[in-house]
Amino acid sequence: MFYDTVKGGDYRARETNVYRLASVSGNIIDQCVAQGVPFAREYGGLLDTRSFGGVQVQRTFYARGQTGQQLLIGAYQALERQVAAGTVQMFARHEMLELIVKNGVARGIVARDMVTGEVTPYTADAVVLATGGYGNVFFLSTNAMGCNVTAGWRAHRKGAYFGNPCYTQIHPTCIPVHGDNQSKLTLMSESLRNDGRIWVPKKAEDCSKDPRQIPEEDRDYYLERIYPSFGNLVPRDIASRQAKNMCDEGRGVGPVIKEVDADGQEHEVRRGVYLDFSDAISRLGKAGVEAKYGNLFDMYKQITAEDPYEVPMRIYPAVHYTMGGVWVDYDLETTIPGLFVAGEANFSDHGANRLGASALMQGLADGYFVLPNTINDYLADHHDGKLPDNDPAVVEAVNATKAQIDRLLSIKGSRTVDSFHKELGHIMWEYCGMARSEEGLKKAVGMIRELKKEFWRDVNVTGVAEDLNQTLERAGRLVDFFELGELMCIDALHRRESCGGHFRVEYQTEEGEAMRHDDEFAYVAAWEYAGEGGKPILHKEPLVYKAIELKQRSYK
Amino acid sequence: MKLTLKIWRQARGAAQGKLVDYKIDNVSEDMSFLEMLDQLNEELTAAGEEPVAFDSDCREGICGTCGVVINGTAHGRGNSPVPTTTCQLHMRSFHDGDTITIEPWKAKAFPVLKDLVVDRTALDRVIQAGGFISVNTGAAPDAHSLLAPKLQSDRAFDNATCIGCGACVAACPNASAMLFTSAKVTHLLNLPQGQPERFLRVKNMVGQHDAEGFGNCTNIGECSAVCPKGIQLESISTLNRDLVWSLFRKDGFTVA
Ligand SMILES: Cc1cc2nc3c(=O)[nH]c(=O)nc-3n(C[C@H](O)[C@H](O)[C@H](O)COP(=O)(O)OP(=O)(O)OC[C@H]3O[C@@H](n4cnc5c(N)ncnc54)[C@H](O)[C@@H]3O)c2cc1C
Ligand code: SF4
Ligand code: FES
Repeated sequence: MFYDTVKGGDYRARETNVYRLASVSGNIIDQCVAQGVPFAREYGGLLDTRSFGGVQVQRTFYARGQTGQQLLIGAYQALERQVAAGTVQMFARHEMLELIVKNGVARGIVARDMVTGEVTPYTADAVVLATGGYGNVFFLSTNAMGCNVTAGWRAHRKGAYFGNPCYTQIHPTCIPVHGDNQSKLTLMSESLRNDGRIWVPKKAEDCSKDPRQIPEEDRDYYLERIYPSFGNLVPRDIASRQAKNMCDEGRGVGPVIKEVDADGQEHEVRRGVYLDFSDAISRLGKAGVEAKYGNLFDMYKQITAEDPYEVPMRIYPAVHYTMGGVWVDYDLETTIPGLFVAGEANFSDHGANRLGASALMQGLADGYFVLPNTINDYLADHHDGKLPDNDPAVVEAVNATKAQIDRLLSIKGSRTVDSFHKELGHIMWEYCGMARSEEGLKKAVGMIRELKKEFWRDVNVTGVAEDLNQTLERAGRLVDFFELGELMCIDALHRRESCGGHFRVEYQTEEGEAMRHDDEFAYVAAWEYAGEGGKPILHKEPLVYKAIELKQRSYK
Repeated sequence: MKLTLKIWRQARGAAQGKLVDYKIDNVSEDMSFLEMLDQLNEELTAAGEEPVAFDSDCREGICGTCGVVINGTAHGRGNSPVPTTTCQLHMRSFHDGDTITIEPWKAKAFPVLKDLVVDRTALDRVIQAGGFISVNTGAAPDAHSLLAPKLQSDRAFDNATCIGCGACVAACPNASAMLFTSAKVTHLLNLPQGQPERFLRVKNMVGQHDAEGFGNCTNIGECSAVCPKGIQLESISTLNRDLVWSLFRKDGFTVA
């Protein structure tokens, strides 16, 4: 697993971190089972396993199609136990809006009560952020509506470096976009690739036909063709990029949509590929497929009104996970002493691409097995306790938070927050999505700056500060997404190579695979904030591989 | 399609709210119900009115954040054969010209915070009373050291799918959260790890359930009819059986 994860991350992960992750992964399963997570069992009572994208052996423990959710419920129950024991105090419906830093050390946060609007400082010996990824910078993603970068970005503005912001994972198996009012994209679990076969018609003229009418010999099972040994189980970045390539070639399926490309040309494409279960149904029977994937099939039918037992599913890649995040050292401590970041919010273990099932593994490893040790180590020398509310560092952070809220509410312009967010999302998807180019990225930086200016001139944030005000919450998050989006483009622009989820069209092999430049780019890009409008400062953390040899990834 | 919406509006801190009429046009049948509300909110904002507050997060039926009562049914009832969450309801379940009434969960234990948003932390407190297994981090034994029979493990899983949305409470004429509580209890009692605390758990969780102001279960079954995860009434019987047994047993003694 150590090797798979380093390779899957396209040799852009820190080797020591991955090693640690692989070492504690077994303890994680033990811990979760003990907490009551109902993993799948064999008839003998032992835990069952299966294989997952980017891996050829069956070694992933699972709980039907909702492993992630069950692990979360396990952690939630364990947390509620601590709440009952009085060791954890829960502040539901509170949002961190600022970090308190005194003498260069993290000493607390400022949070807004999302019901009453009250802004309060909370100070402490150390701060841990576990605030998730930033996929919603693209507006449309598989992430929850509440996903945002504010906590990490506020820390960045206060001095924490931001690592590899451009590494984004685009997940291959999502339900295609249906229209302009769409608010999120739905992921169909990756496990479907175990039994479903992905194809597009060989001939563009077949794309409008009913897929059941297209004979076997006119179908292109392109992943099986290009990657005979991994087939439909290639890592996510590869599966996604190939789906895009098929559609760009004019062999996509589903409704025709109009797109405007980088040079302003409008053209028509279909954005979808088939994920076909007819083989699996004839092999396992309909009941067999239902037992494995029933809930996913129901969900698909509910959303698309098509029955996947009868007609192949249509899928298309969507933004799913962000490998980049706040830079942390081996102890998960940021460049601000006393500030630790765990889970998807940090950049740590996945390099340029993450393998299936490893996000939760990393999050649980960070929280259960890494932080308890490293934080204790930190606390041994730092126990200054709370700061008074009138401490200048506290006052500064509280005032800055209130000032931004007042500023947002005072603009009273003509455009809604979401209209800006959607526009930002379009820019990011078009220029900093699955295929990136120097020209496009440069253009995107300019567009984002303009859009941000317009936002501050013309946004309309309704309501008042002292209330449950969801428009205000979204506006505050968007402010940080603008700045993050710009840094993502700058990072993508500077990395003149392709690796994992970062694909620069200028750097590809003749077969269209990602081409790394290890001599120049085998490092983590850790960006330092240089003030409003300043040019971010790049710090390089070299990636040294001792146990594993750097190779070009091959899944053929 | 064109629709008339009757939406519950209640200011924060107000004791009462009222239904307000809104017209909405250009709703596509591919939109989800919440996307339709997003569209309404965009239009309200453009007109300088305050948008309708409602909760949602995952928008794919797994987090339990989003429920509202639609035309009298918790989460609404679309043309899907199985109940879904509000976020999984699509506009193709409605027709041009329909009038749709949208209200928050109404139950004593779920105070309205604003418009359609309610406070469901009472369910968290029911979990705090015992909906867990007492194991500290790092102290877990090898996962394979505990064998779990597949069928029981599957039953645990079926109950573990509860997302804590609270629709069962909203649907129940007694505003009881017994389906939720029984799903948690049944999940844990079907696992070997759940045995040691089994009887204490059920006693404490039911005690907290009552203390939160949820009503008693009188076997009406509305809860199970709206549960988006298909939790069965049978789980309530299981809970009741263990509750009765718990009266005769100290914790730590398992069922014969
Ligand atoms: C649809 C979907 C399916 C997935 N399936 C899998 C899977 O099967 N296996 C797997 O390994 N991974 C999976 N992943 C990825 C994995 O779920 C995430 O990477 C993981 O949940 C991240 O955990 P986290 O604790 O770091 O952050 P999150 O779970 O995102 O939690 C962050 C929390 O912080 C809160 N928060 C954010 N900002 C603030 C703030 N400023 N103040 C206060 N609170 C804040 C958020 O509300 C949220 O509750 C999936 C992801 C998605 C979207
Ligand atoms: S039992 Fe069903 S309706 Fe009740 S909270 Fe759980 S999922 Fe929701
Ligand atoms: S928003 Fe998560 S269940 Fe509906």
